[in-house]
Amino acid sequence: MKPRSAIPVASAALALALLAFATPPVAAADTVDPAADAKAFKKFFTDKFPKLKPEDFVNGPYSMNEDLHKQWEEKEQFPPYEFSLEAGKEMFSKPFKNGKSYQDCFPNKGIGIRQNYPYFDEKEGKVVTLELALNRCREANGEAPFSYVKDDMAALTAYMAFTSRGKPFDIKIPKDPRALEAYQKGKEYFYTRRGQLNFSCATCHIQSPGERIRAEVLAPALGILNAMPIYRSEWSGMGTTSRRFTTCNSQIRGVPLDPQADEYRDLEYYLSYVSNGLPISGPGARP
Amino acid sequence: MKPALVLALLIGAAVAGPAHAQSAAAEGQKLAFDRGKGNCLTCHVIKGGDLPGTIGPELKDIKAKYPNRDDLVAIVTDETKRNPQTVMPPFGRNRILSEKEISAVVDFLQTL
Ligand code: HEC
Ligand code: HEC
Repeated sequence: MKPRSAIPVASAALALALLAFATPPVAAADTVDPAADAKAFKKFFTDKFPKLKPEDFVNGPYSMNEDLHKQWEEKEQFPPYEFSLEAGKEMFSKPFKNGKSYQDCFPNKGIGIRQNYPYFDEKEGKVVTLELALNRCREANGEAPFSYVKDDMAALTAYMAFTSRGKPFDIKIPKDPRALEAYQKGKEYFYTRRGQLNFSCATCHIQSPGERIRAEVLAPALGILNAMPIYRSEWSGMGTTSRRFTTCNSQIRGVPLDPQADEYRDLEYYLSYVSNGLPISGPGARP
Repeated sequence: MKPALVLALLIGAAVAGPAHAQSAAAEGQKLAFDRGKGNCLTCHVIKGGDLPGTIGPELKDIKAKYPNRDDLVAIVTDETKRNPQTVMPPFGRNRILSEKEISAVVDFLQTL
């Protein structure tokens, strides 16, 4: 291992401070500037990893160095998420008991639309994620909702991501103060320290991307949701965005929220928005 | 305990001196490596530990760098006091380790 001085740590911390407080944490809604945030966010990562283009970040830990990138290429030869993708494809067109199917719940029959989720629903006044929309579709058609974290939900989102591969994230923030507030709350959640170990999401995914925490290489926050859902060897199975959020919260000895709690919906909105323009790469495979 | 480790500790003892400090250092090493306790290896390379992470600096020559043990107690208790942006958890403030445990960990650090 190369020895590391305190200097890079300190400069990362400084950059983080700039990033986190470029707008005051609890700013009045009219000073929140998501477009400027997203630009600064991208610049932070492309400055830190000058060899990578923004679209290179979508492979999580595998984007962090050449050895890891090779591992990723090898994995993609026999993708471990294949079984889930197949299952998702079959489930997606299969009619519910009432004769309708998922296709009836989504624009463009659900094909090639992953990049538009989550969106801000102005009727509800809240963020709606893809996972939430899928369960709402089931319930509206008299079917029981799926668990948010794996199996069926992962299969469905895997298929929807696959049909959207290469399409750039296109998250919109409508001119509605509640949308801006949801974005801002998601951002605050991301930078707030919590849990017995006193970590924020940013501690790991902004301050330390590419570093190893024990044997795991930390993914950069830029493009961190583009590959969802993912197959992880460590889980011996698939996991959704909900699974990843709750797992990361448990790792810091914090109390994970319910999947699709308002905080997580806002968090997903923020993280997806700042990755606008980066291509959907899901489903992904991870160590 | 593995013979090699016992041997390493015995050699450590000869250098470190008093027997009680020695056993406290051994206890401190256990706490530092235990995933449910200090789990310092998550972030630091430490001699004798497996699968270290790379987030923090390697912990070595600690006694030369921090001759005053109070400085080490302060770092382990709450490094955010010295560096508000640090990723290192505040082991004392958040009661991940007790005062006594921190003292043992510091004894161990001083053998590095
Ligand atoms: C203690 C460190 C730590 C903290 C804090 C943390 N994570 Fe993670 N996160 C990890 C590790 C380890 C992984 C698995 C390796 C990887 O992909 O980065 C991971 C993976 C992820 C992934 C999947 C990335 C990929 O491409 O596979 C997402 C998304 C994610 N984290 C989001 C979050 C969010 C949101 C938070 C805060 C609520 C958070 N993390 C807090 C350690 C952390
Ligand atoms: C999540 C990461 C993390 C964990 C876990 C962690 N540290 Fe640290 N530690 C750091 C970082 C990063 C620094 C660099 C200084 C800073 O950030 O303020 C550091 C600095 C130190 C220093 C000062 C080193 C020097 O050369 O100046 C000591 C001593 C230390 N840590 C001891 C420990 C001990 C003992 C434990 C476990 C009980 C521990 N650390 C756990 C991240 C960590």
